[in-house]
Amino acid sequence: MSDVLLEARELTKNFTAGGKKLIHAVSGVSLQIREGETLGLVGESGCGKSTLGRLLIRTLRPDSGVVLLRGHNISSMTEREFRPLRKELQLVFQDPYASLDPRMTVRDLIAEPIETWHLCRNREAVTSRVGELLHAVGLPEELLYRYPHQFSGGQRQRIGIARAVAAEPSFIVCDEPVSALDVSVQNQILNLLKELKGSRNLTILFISHDLSVVRYLSERVCVMFLGKICEIGPTEEVYRHPRHPYTRFLLDAVPVPDPGERGKEIKLLKGEPPSPADPPSGCRFRTRCPFATEQCALEEPSLRDIGGVFAACHHAAASIC
Amino acid sequence: MEEKTLQVKGLNVCIKTEKGTLRPVNDVSFDVPKGSIVGIVGESGCGKSMTARAVMGLVRSPGRITGGSVLLDGLELTGLPERKLRKLRGAELSMIFQEPMTSLDPVMQVGRQVEETIRLHTACSHEEAKARTLEAFREVEIPEAEERYNCYPHQLSGGLRQRVLIAMASVCRPKLLIADEPTTALDVTVEAQILKLLERLRDAGTSVLIISHNLGVIARVCDYVYVMYAGRIVEQAATDVIFDRPRHPYTRGLFRSVASLREGRGTLDTIPGVVPNLLRLPAGCSFSLRCGFCRPDCGTCVPELMETGPGHKVRCFLAEKEGT
Repeated sequence: MSDVLLEARELTKNFTAGGKKLIHAVSGVSLQIREGETLGLVGESGCGKSTLGRLLIRTLRPDSGVVLLRGHNISSMTEREFRPLRKELQLVFQDPYASLDPRMTVRDLIAEPIETWHLCRNREAVTSRVGELLHAVGLPEELLYRYPHQFSGGQRQRIGIARAVAAEPSFIVCDEPVSALDVSVQNQILNLLKELKGSRNLTILFISHDLSVVRYLSERVCVMFLGKICEIGPTEEVYRHPRHPYTRFLLDAVPVPDPGERGKEIKLLKGEPPSPADPPSGCRFRTRCPFATEQCALEEPSLRDIGGVFAACHHAAASIC
Repeated sequence: MEEKTLQVKGLNVCIKTEKGTLRPVNDVSFDVPKGSIVGIVGESGCGKSMTARAVMGLVRSPGRITGGSVLLDGLELTGLPERKLRKLRGAELSMIFQEPMTSLDPVMQVGRQVEETIRLHTACSHEEAKARTLEAFREVEIPEAEERYNCYPHQLSGGLRQRVLIAMASVCRPKLLIADEPTTALDVTVEAQILKLLERLRDAGTSVLIISHNLGVIARVCDYVYVMYAGRIVEQAATDVIFDRPRHPYTRGLFRSVASLREGRGTLDTIPGVVPNLLRLPAGCSFSLRCGFCRPDCGTCVPELMETGPGHKVRCFLAEKEGT
């Protein structure tokens, strides 16, 4: 087993909205990410997956709990202590249209992190480094002095990725990096990420609402519901034999591009998603769960090992198909 | 011959810009048979939303419908004065959009908004309209309909807002409902519920036209599919036929991209390049720049839609007849 690169212990983050209302975005999340691993993070909108991603790379500070990078507590560090480590933790954004400064050339955009961290000696070295990075993300070097608006969405996302890997980080969070792209372009970016991961030994937290995308890239997958992890384990095992009822509903709901599957009756979740401002007692999924019992309302389930996959459900063992 | 709720023939939409004239909808013909769900699938910028708007008569300047005919149950819609179109919209044909928040009035209670539609199209009292609204809310499975009636859009979740829109669009029992990316902004578990709802509407007698980029959505609910690329229909067939035997290189590429992602390992299949700019389309087949099978004549003349099997048409020189 390889070393743990990043560890979260009991991370909690609440936001205030409209005065006194408290939004429980992330509640007591603990997880480990191993060196060189891609961990997929899935869940529906508002489940706290982006917040968790940001907590891990310290663009957000937790209300309680800690993040350890190679065993060092980065949550308690001062800005000054943390600064040299910032380079290790980078982010690829969802919207390639909003995340690039429209007035900077591609060269300057990608050079920015290189210059910030003084990774090259002089201007020429920086430019040639940018050229290499462009090549690595599959863009021709002639485009060095173009502006973002001259590129398509897919090409912009390549620039965003080049920027993220320019500082030679060990960990990147990809927050929905392909959901703004068309299907045919989406695969190009996924291929690129997979290739970069191999060639640069990157550890990736891959956040997406698209389950098939996560399945392709991740060795392990973590499913969140309303600020909590409900299931985490090896990707194939989770997809084939989901332990948590929520995971099962989520996987079932994805429309399959095969008309042959139409006859299959889709199980629909009942009711509306609960509000993160007022999460249900006990298990947060219980208001929508067909297996919920009294115990679920009283007692919060903790993650437990069910045949190699960790699931937070009182009835998980019984409900395995 | 089966009855057709919507018949579109040779529809053209042009947009004049400083840089030249765009043709987002280029000689598009399609039908929506009565009691069916028909899908138009394509990537962003292929003209699928513009096609939907053109059917609704909602093309805004500088865009203009420059030709073709749109028949709703035999009634020609192109060239109808705005006054008459307004009478039809909401009553005979209606549309729901991708982002339900932007299609609802933020300062009006959602119940009132649905009621407004009813009172616009039928002479009835406030009480009657309210009763019908509540009934429509229950039909689209909005829980606690009475309470939701008085809510403002921002108080509802995305799924509930989309339900309100569907209630509004279906309350007058239109002949045709156009759903433009109805589930793209929604989570998958909510998406499944909304698709189910559209099927129920179909069963209640409303024909549905779904515009989507999501092949999963198309496969789940559509009976017949049209594939659009750069303003033109490039392939059309019954859903099981097109998923089983796609013929156009673009359709094949698109389907393979999705399938390889589902199957998972190794390198994913992709379509090289990007969707062409509508201002700089190649002279011949619009897909020729990205096509692996491109021949010299593909770059010079546009292929016609050719029938390759029963109900299966393909716009490609290389598409062979089935069985040959």
